[in-house]
Amino acid sequence: MERVMRKFLVAAVVLLTLGVVRPVPAAAAAFVQKSPPDLSWSFDGPFGTYNQAALQRGFQVYKEVCASCHSMDYLHYGDLSALGYSKAEIKAIASGYTVTAGPNKEGKMYKRPARPSDAFVAPFPNEEAAAATFNGVAPPDLSLMAAARDGGPNYIYAILTGFNQKPPKGMFVPTGRYYNPYFPGGRIAMPPPLTANRVHYADGTKATLDQEARDVATFLMWASHPHLDQRHQLGVKVMIFLFILAIVFFFAKRRAWKDVEH
Amino acid sequence: MAVETNNKLVKWIEYRLPVFSFYRHFLVEYPAPKNLSYWWNFGSLAGFMLVVQIVTGIVLAMHYSPSATLAFSSVQGIMRDVNYGWLLRYIHATGASMFFMVVYIHLFRGLYYGSYKRPREILWFMGVIILLLMMATAFFGYTLPWGQMSFWGATVITSLFSAIPVVGHAITSWLWGGYAIGAPTLNRFYALHYLLPFVIVAAVALHLWALHQHGSNNPLGIDVKGPQDTLPFHPYYTVKDLFGITIFLIFFCYWIFFDPGALLNPDNSIMANALNTPPHIEPEWYFLPFYAILRSVPNKLIGVMLLGLSVCVLFLLPWLDTSPVRSGKFRPIFKQFFWIFVIDCVILGYIGHLPPIGPAKFYGRIAAIYYFLFFFVILPFVGWFERPKPMPESISQAVLDKKAKRAGTEKA
Repeated sequence: MERVMRKFLVAAVVLLTLGVVRPVPAAAAAFVQKSPPDLSWSFDGPFGTYNQAALQRGFQVYKEVCASCHSMDYLHYGDLSALGYSKAEIKAIASGYTVTAGPNKEGKMYKRPARPSDAFVAPFPNEEAAAATFNGVAPPDLSLMAAARDGGPNYIYAILTGFNQKPPKGMFVPTGRYYNPYFPGGRIAMPPPLTANRVHYADGTKATLDQEARDVATFLMWASHPHLDQRHQLGVKVMIFLFILAIVFFFAKRRAWKDVEH
Repeated sequence: MAVETNNKLVKWIEYRLPVFSFYRHFLVEYPAPKNLSYWWNFGSLAGFMLVVQIVTGIVLAMHYSPSATLAFSSVQGIMRDVNYGWLLRYIHATGASMFFMVVYIHLFRGLYYGSYKRPREILWFMGVIILLLMMATAFFGYTLPWGQMSFWGATVITSLFSAIPVVGHAITSWLWGGYAIGAPTLNRFYALHYLLPFVIVAAVALHLWALHQHGSNNPLGIDVKGPQDTLPFHPYYTVKDLFGITIFLIFFCYWIFFDPGALLNPDNSIMANALNTPPHIEPEWYFLPFYAILRSVPNKLIGVMLLGLSVCVLFLLPWLDTSPVRSGKFRPIFKQFFWIFVIDCVILGYIGHLPPIGPAKFYGRIAAIYYFLFFFVILPFVGWFERPKPMPESISQAVLDKKAKRAGTEKA
């Protein structure tokens, strides 16, 4: 029986090796999607938290650059208190936008300045309007961008800094598309949105492309995971509690089983 | 099994509904083999996870809207605005993974120690029924957030029924409540996702009833000969289970608090869109081995049949395994094939995750063939030809032998 077993194993190994040397069909296109760099972020790891200054800078980039095309439907102006803005500052930010409210008592819809309880005002009235403006592809909503892409903030950073590279030989990039090796298929409809000094940071930070991309990636990470700080803090407490509990139960178990032969 | 007490209320209740003696019988005095290892913790862990899923699920249901237009944004409402909604959802979503992990370990333990053999066949059947119910519940639950992977995963899986000759397409329309996955599908999946966990509770009750008829199997796989082989469930196994649950919770909480995204698919953070198919549709990890088996077969109907067989073969296990010996400890040949089978399942899972091209396809077929070979050829034949190792007289004798051996090595 042992010999049968050995024969089986040999046969299995031979079969598996045959699988390795079988020729793999060559990839059809020369383009290979690049994976984003693994950057270090303040919110990494169990003790990671958001850096409020980075969040505010990131929001500024979103507001001044991204927001002209991209909506953030699941965010409300009031949520910005997590970025360290005061009530008055949030009120001021919101009042810069106009929302259609109503109907009023006469049954009419009317315009009014946005309030902190309003959702972020989208740049287009609906998806169709956005698509009509951009050759049929609506810019995606950014509320969940850091959760909806493999790599999260690393991917966002890579896309924003991945423009202006030479496409591989023979790759056709039509007008209205831009080569970006981090984007699936390599041809993205978004023109390069960020350049150095695209914004003037309120806190005086030098606005390099790298800085802008990092800041807006941090802001979008927060938008996707607004409770990350709270989650990490609670998690650390829960872990400490569980470790103590485990020690207590370990000794309780030892004590209960002390006189048992097992 | 009378309860000794002077408490009048307890006596009054006990006379009418003997809950106190029931509790004593099943949770306090219930004699369990004294040699159960930590692999025996996973049954109570599975029960614990069922309760966790039901409790968090009911609270999530209070905030969720099962409508195709509102489902996705109601989940965002839970994540952003409901107090500790993110915690509830992460417990529930990663909890599904934990539940399957615990149940799979429980199942492999039963496989290794022959827990399905006489007289525990019905106990095993109830377990397989629970697994099938869990799979259905998890599948329905995964559609509820109404993300891209919810939608397209549900499309792929329900479309499998269209492979059935003649009535296939009628069945899929009937399941969908229309000609494609849509609003009516979401509503019925929600109703079923709420119903099935309680059916699982009923099946668990039968599983425990059958368990208590002949008691737990044990690592030696030999029958309990008398009270010297057993311990009362309380305090010995209650405290051991509590310790096990705490260790498990540390593992569970790591995912909940520090890496919940690892167990969620990014595509499910995009709202379902019938006009946009994701480039790579894959189920949750706990379905991947079965998915790999499905994709290994070029013919859709046969693939679907093998997919069904891959789970339902577990019902045949008591007859496919011809060895009279329960525990893999005393079965030198079976033991090796068993571990190859475990690795095979992991490989199948990994291949289910890869696109079905090139070497992945080839290895997937080899792994799928071994999966069925293990059940239909290896188990019956090894049972006939294998010479089992000598087994100890009794559980308590094995304990004494082990102790004597340990004392011997210490002296030397």
